[in-house]
Amino acid sequence: MKRRRLDLAQVPANVGKGVDDRYKVATPLRGLLNKVFPDHWSFLLGEIALFSFVVLLLSGVFLTLFFDPSMKEVTYDGPYTALRGVDMSAAYASSLHISFEVRGGLFMRQMHHWAALLFMASIVIHMARIFFTGAFRKPREANWTIGIILFLLGFFAGFTGYSLPDDGLSGTGLRIASAIMLSIPVIGTWMSAAVFGGEYPGEFIIGRFYIAHVLLIPGGLLALISVHLGLVFAQKHTQWPGPLRTNDNVVGERMFPRYALKQGGFFMAVFGTIALLAGLFQINPIWLFGPYLASAVSSASQPDWYVMFMDGLVRLMPAWQIDFPIGDGYVLPPLFWPAVVGLGALFTLPMLYPTIEARRTKDKGSHHLLQRPRDAPERTGVGAMAFTFFTIATLSGANDVIADKFHISLNAMTWAGRIGLLVLPPLAYYISVRVCLGLQQHDREVLAHGVETGIIRRNPDGRFEEVHQPLGPVDDHGHPIPLDYIGWVVPKKMNRVGALAPAIKGFFFPVETLPEAPVSPAVPSVTGPSAREEITSGR
Amino acid sequence: MTSDTPAGRRFRVFNRRRSAPSRARRRLGAAARMLAALALAGGIYTAFAPGAFAEDDTQLSTAAQEGQALFNNSCVTCHGLNAEGVEGRGPSLIGVGSASVEFQVGTGRMPMTRQEAQAEQKRPVFDETQTKQLGQYIQELGGGPQIPAGDLTDNVKTNPEALAKGGELFRLNCAQCHGNVGAGGALSSGKFAPSLHDATPSQIYGAMLTGPQNMPVFGDNELTPEQKTEIITYINTQIQNDKDPGGIFNLGGYGPATEGLAIFVVGITILVFTSLWIAGKS
Repeated sequence: MKRRRLDLAQVPANVGKGVDDRYKVATPLRGLLNKVFPDHWSFLLGEIALFSFVVLLLSGVFLTLFFDPSMKEVTYDGPYTALRGVDMSAAYASSLHISFEVRGGLFMRQMHHWAALLFMASIVIHMARIFFTGAFRKPREANWTIGIILFLLGFFAGFTGYSLPDDGLSGTGLRIASAIMLSIPVIGTWMSAAVFGGEYPGEFIIGRFYIAHVLLIPGGLLALISVHLGLVFAQKHTQWPGPLRTNDNVVGERMFPRYALKQGGFFMAVFGTIALLAGLFQINPIWLFGPYLASAVSSASQPDWYVMFMDGLVRLMPAWQIDFPIGDGYVLPPLFWPAVVGLGALFTLPMLYPTIEARRTKDKGSHHLLQRPRDAPERTGVGAMAFTFFTIATLSGANDVIADKFHISLNAMTWAGRIGLLVLPPLAYYISVRVCLGLQQHDREVLAHGVETGIIRRNPDGRFEEVHQPLGPVDDHGHPIPLDYIGWVVPKKMNRVGALAPAIKGFFFPVETLPEAPVSPAVPSVTGPSAREEITSGR
Repeated sequence: MTSDTPAGRRFRVFNRRRSAPSRARRRLGAAARMLAALALAGGIYTAFAPGAFAEDDTQLSTAAQEGQALFNNSCVTCHGLNAEGVEGRGPSLIGVGSASVEFQVGTGRMPMTRQEAQAEQKRPVFDETQTKQLGQYIQELGGGPQIPAGDLTDNVKTNPEALAKGGELFRLNCAQCHGNVGAGGALSSGKFAPSLHDATPSQIYGAMLTGPQNMPVFGDNELTPEQKTEIITYINTQIQNDKDPGGIFNLGGYGPATEGLAIFVVGITILVFTSLWIAGKS
């Protein structure tokens, strides 16, 4: 029998050939692996959301193995002495079981919760990047809308998850949710009765929220995330303007190997950060909150941060109740405006923003180059306005904690929130538009006159003037020929145009050798005080 | 004994004399009865009612006299010369008992720095002996609740149920203002429920008994002394001695507010710097 020698170097080629012979994947894979992604740190913010969603799925699956989504009454008999003998629901008891008895259970619970907070936080940060750089413009309006729906789904995923352990805090949150449903005219009572299976809290809500939390909402999230990413692939990623970059190309790195390796590393970083948070910072200590009792409500009962803006709007709403003298009398509670109308508007308006902006600017072209925030001052102003509104509403959602810890009257906090909600957003709009215009103006100034060198020259007639380093060619009189404004970074310091050798920045020592500082033929290198001469602009 | 009183009954009651008494005798009898009634009413009154100068004759104990001296130096401006209170400055202390004094003075809330929504806790002005003396004075002056001596916590080893019962009572009665984690919380107009993390058992007991500042009184009818010690056991074991798993930092126990802050300050900050670093490596 003849022994065949195994040629190790040939193994990948053989395996690859074998796979391609059977499945014909070489052509589509080649396109995929060679796909080019532009590189900028701000393009990685969406990945944080994607990767924390992966962590959510993994840790969530672990938790389902031990969680009992039942409102059956049990008496706790576990190792946590401070609750032993207390009547509670099976859901709460199993959450305690996960926290205290399952090996690594508390860590997984905390990881799941921190990942949820990170998921929502990175969605908001990513959305801000998309908004302020104009990445939502045609052809990407649909992806922007999907992003908003993803936030909305995350909002409900978070809320249902917050309710599942059936502790004191989550029951209080559910009570508020039922009140919001009840505030809706005509259908409110029907809706609440349908969701809770009768009067709040009923016996079904945990089971219903459980199936929504582990199947329906994650399914929706997963589907929409796939479409979201698929659209990024199909429509290609936007890029910053710059050398060689046009509206018709993409300059960056190939998907494989560099971009994929970077993404793999970044996934590990996100995973590690969540694990770090879960290991160091306690989150949602349900054992201190006790089982849910309608009569036991703690002070500082807040929703998680991404729902807090709604809580804040409810807190700030004046008690304006509308009575309709129909039949036995009909009441529209003030809660309806911030919680139902407000929430609806806060999700619908952003979805429509790309259309609104395109109509306003009469811009029908496709855009693949991003805009710096300063180059679209009105959009930046609108964004600043929206985020100011959101921030004030969110802070008002925690206004009792802020009032207590900073020794401010709670009433003063409420009024500051009410006034701030109306006054500060327009102010933010005005300030950011002025800042954008000012930054633009400075860029144009440098393009026209050159970089300030910091060298002051005294003319024979006694005038002082600062020497400017032109960024481009000069005319016959030595005046710089003004450069076009293209909306990209303009060097503003001499060491950005090669006056100094690039220094080693950051924590890690670079592997590559640094390039020598290019020596300008017009400017002799600085050698010492004796050899120092006046630097001229070439005049 | 009016004229329409049935004759038979009158004679049954006063049947010693048949004929009507003479005018002088009637007058004398009325005067004697009047005197007797007055003496009886006055006697009962003097026996039961507190006299206007009662404290002049009761002798204060030595500790109370020391306390009185301290009171006259530090408290008299707002609470008045005999602790009867001064309108617009401070309430009367008659009947508040030594429990109230030991809580307010022992936690440094009294003497107050200035009139505001609520007295702040600060470094006590008086030491423990002086606080006891002040308490003794107010106690002897007007009576009132006292903090019982002895251990105010249950032994969790011998009475394991106390902890869980205390926790239930805590969440029902205390968490509304002090929060589930005992971190304190805001009330209206600058008032607040303080954090419970540094409160001693006797301070907690005194606070429940007397309802200082804006706290309601939890008298022995609302929470029995046993229930009070169970609550103290829970606060002491579970909240203060922090048998609390879940990491090194509990973020103050303020709930989702500080958790939301942490995800941005810690999580997002770390990851933005990471993305700056990763994107810079090209």
